Amino acid sequence: MYYECIPTTCTYCGCGCSVVLQVLDGHLVGVLPGKTNPVNEGSLCIKGWTSHEFVYREKRLKNPLVKKDGVFFETGWEEALDTVAGKLKKIKEESGADSIAALASAKCTNEENYLMQKLMRAAIGTNNIDHCARL
Amino acid sequence: MEALKNKVNELLESGGIAGFLGLRNFGSEPFPFLFTRDTAAEVEKITTGAVRYPLSKILIRIAAVYPDAIFGIMCRACDERAIIELFKNTKLRSDKVITIGISCTDDLVQACKCENPQPSNLVSGEAGKKEFDRSDVQKIASMTLEQRFDFWTEQLGKCIKCYGCRNICPVCFCDVCTLEDQPLVKRGEIPPELPSFHLTRAYHMAGRCVDCGLCEEACPVDIPLRTLYRRVRESVKELLDYLPGEERDKVPPIQVLGDGLFEIRD
Repeated sequence: MYYECIPTTCTYCGCGCSVVLQVLDGHLVGVLPGKTNPVNEGSLCIKGWTSHEFVYREKRLKNPLVKKDGVFFETGWEEALDTVAGKLKKIKEESGADSIAALASAKCTNEENYLMQKLMRAAIGTNNIDHCARL
Repeated sequence: MEALKNKVNELLESGGIAGFLGLRNFGSEPFPFLFTRDTAAEVEKITTGAVRYPLSKILIRIAAVYPDAIFGIMCRACDERAIIELFKNTKLRSDKVITIGISCTDDLVQACKCENPQPSNLVSGEAGKKEFDRSDVQKIASMTLEQRFDFWTEQLGKCIKCYGCRNICPVCFCDVCTLEDQPLVKRGEIPPELPSFHLTRAYHMAGRCVDCGLCEEACPVDIPLRTLYRRVRESVKELLDYLPGEERDKVPPIQVLGDGLFEIRD
């Protein structure tokens, strides 16, 4: 018998609302809004209130997928990253760096988003970097 | 706080309870936690905090997994009122729950406009003074019908349908919620249909709402939901002589209406 609440930050958007994960016997069973956090002051939107639901979903992506002949196949990170890097290189050589663009994510941390723009600007050589929240 | 710690330790050590649901300081902030004999060392970090989490609602979830266990629960007066209604609605069993009363700070009582901040079985702190502040309900009552309609249309129109009022409510416990009934409530549409969405919830609060105000606290757009439910609560008192959460032994009206025992007059 074990129940605890673990405070963390909602992953849905960039607001950074405090959510409290309710864990019962090692199983995530629900969320509550963080009452003491100045960002959301005890409130959540509907996404925050349901932000735990994807965790045990069958459809959740657990491994990288690579598309071969129009069909996705599960694979390891090595192959997935090699595929992406190889294709990006090829596109850059054939069509130039500005033919590549990236959309960063609100579900990532500041630091990860920083690295994404670094990758686009320094490694790829384009300013085509934007954010999913502006879609 | 020492009295509370001692009481919890005593209950856990004697085997009187399998677990005690209260607030624990996690870092410097209070969050709900179930203290058990295995985690007795954590009792040092127990706190009454200045915040309110829906502990009674959390207990429903835990008790559903451990139906035979006896639990202690830290109770403000509002928690206790909710628990009384949950007993009556068979969501918790009165022989399986021991309430340990804690007091609220004067600031909290004032912020909550709490009419009865005095739990029974008070172990920690002194019972707060009652606040009889009906100014919110009176203000609306003094409006003309047209003003009132405009007021509520504006307020309810802010709704982003987060379902926070329902999710945090200690006496919202249905397995199937009519507010998610697809033919009645269109998915992906905000605000929801006015005023039926909010009035449906208000009707469902009749005979159940214990006036804790957690709904209003959780509302991201500051709809004065509590004012609405307070009026419903007053109607139930006027018409059916029932105040949810106040009387342990009184049968709730929903269980007797229809037998001809009550007659509702204008």
